[in-house]
Amino acid sequence: MNLIAEALAWLAEPANWSGPGGIPARTGQHLAITALTILLAGLIAWPAGVLIGHTRRGAGIVGALTGAARAIPTLGLLTLFGLGLGIGLTAPLLALIVLAIPSLLAGTYAGIQAIDPAIPAAARAIGMSPAQVILTVEVPLAMPVIIGGLRSATLQVVATATLAAYTADIGLGRYLFAGLKSRDYTEMLGGALVVVALTLVLEVALAICQSVARRIVDPASRTQRTPA
Amino acid sequence: MIEFEQVTKTYPGGSVAVEGFSLVVPSHRTVALVGSSGSGKTTLLRMVNRMVEPTSGRVLIDDQDVQDRDPVELRRSIGYVLQAGGLLPHRTVLDNVATVLRLNHVTRQAARARAAEMLERVGLDPALGSRYPGQLSGGQQQRVGVARALVPDPNILLMDEPFGAVDPIVRRELQDELARLQTELGKTIVFVTHDVDEAFRLGDEVVVLRERAAIAQQGTPSDILAAPADEFVHDFVGAGRAERVLHTQTIGGRLVAVDGTGLPVGVLES
Ligand SMILES: Nc1ncnc2c1ncn2[C@@H]1O[C@H](COP(=O)(O)OP(=O)(O)OP(=O)(O)O)[C@@H](O)[C@H]1O
Ligand SMILES: [Mg+2]
Repeated sequence: MNLIAEALAWLAEPANWSGPGGIPARTGQHLAITALTILLAGLIAWPAGVLIGHTRRGAGIVGALTGAARAIPTLGLLTLFGLGLGIGLTAPLLALIVLAIPSLLAGTYAGIQAIDPAIPAAARAIGMSPAQVILTVEVPLAMPVIIGGLRSATLQVVATATLAAYTADIGLGRYLFAGLKSRDYTEMLGGALVVVALTLVLEVALAICQSVARRIVDPASRTQRTPA
Repeated sequence: MIEFEQVTKTYPGGSVAVEGFSLVVPSHRTVALVGSSGSGKTTLLRMVNRMVEPTSGRVLIDDQDVQDRDPVELRRSIGYVLQAGGLLPHRTVLDNVATVLRLNHVTRQAARARAAEMLERVGLDPALGSRYPGQLSGGQQQRVGVARALVPDPNILLMDEPFGAVDPIVRRELQDELARLQTELGKTIVFVTHDVDEAFRLGDEVVVLRERAAIAQQGTPSDILAAPADEFVHDFVGAGRAERVLHTQTIGGRLVAVDGTGLPVGVLES
């Protein structure tokens, strides 16, 4: 049997593209979980990262902590949360947030710390308030690295968000778990291909954002690279 | 008027940058602080705008302790040209110059108009306004730094080796331009340099510093050249340097000044 061909046929089947269990609906849910996770993780990680980067303190400890957090297996964490919180979206959301925070945090503080300290110091010396230094100098200059962190967090989350279907009937992971249960490998593979495609689309979109940000931050390089 | 009263600065870690420094900078005058690297010049400047807090002693502006001023508001009221330029790389030259005006709540349009005017005044082509600092030469960047400090029309100007990064010819040009601007503007300027010739050219008064900002001598350029206080000042200002020792020769009935190397440098007129 040709699993790939069957999976492609599954993908081409119009019935799989409609209704509440269809690919568009599930992709939408999957994206929503991803976006919600990044948003909630960002609410914690971005301000914390900006603070660490701005003060240039605590990067060592936080680096160690986030390194440790990265080593936690998300499935294990999800099981743990699931046992405590029961089925539903809360447990996978929490597990995904834990997954996303290290990348977002590291991107933010590393990006800000990498700025030549003379630049924010000069901004302060000519009369910018600390908030103005952060918002109009440090964050814009760190934006390419911050988006880099967002990019790796998004990739991890969008791939791992399949686990949400472990405790809730939501997202593209449903195809994987349902397929696994009924030994319908065609459905599993088809679902996996959709996840891969979605990941690639997000990756490309964020890579473009990153290069735009890079050009905004380092405008001088634009003309230097164009041949005279 | 800026007044340093027995100011001492010990940095964390114990390095004493400034010890018991007292000086009065009169209004509308240029005082040049000159000293070798590490003598505490930058530290002195930065205590005026509270980028550095003195360990003891006071700095007063028009008889008010800067410690009683809000630091952000204080900095916005003082023009500061940084040693390394300190331009924001992600903003255009025009927006860099307009920054402090924007901080002082001038509208964007008005700020840009005044910034463009100031670019011209410091001898820059206004067309450079749309470039980014990274696309300018070192000398152009330093002019932008000067324009940025001048544009809010502050009473006080702190200049930290503003022309350090350029070749001697451009440097001379920038010095002349600053001197010309100063006759028009009459700011109170504290000018830091390690170049004695620059200090003599721009300072109404020159303060020669040793380590820990100890004042070796203070006076007008001619005072210092005529009577160096000690061996240190004598050597530092190069009072014994061949080109500083002039004598006269009568050539063709005219008095010609000749320096220590025998090079004629000018004609004396009575
Ligand atoms: N932030 C700091 N922490 C510790 N020591 C410092 C700090 N800034 C300056 N120093 C020390 O204080 C002394 C005076 O430094 P300062 O920058 O004021 O000298 P300067 O006269 O401006 O020198 P330069 O001509 O090289 O710019 C130096 O010995 C320097 O190492
Ligand atoms: Mg200095």
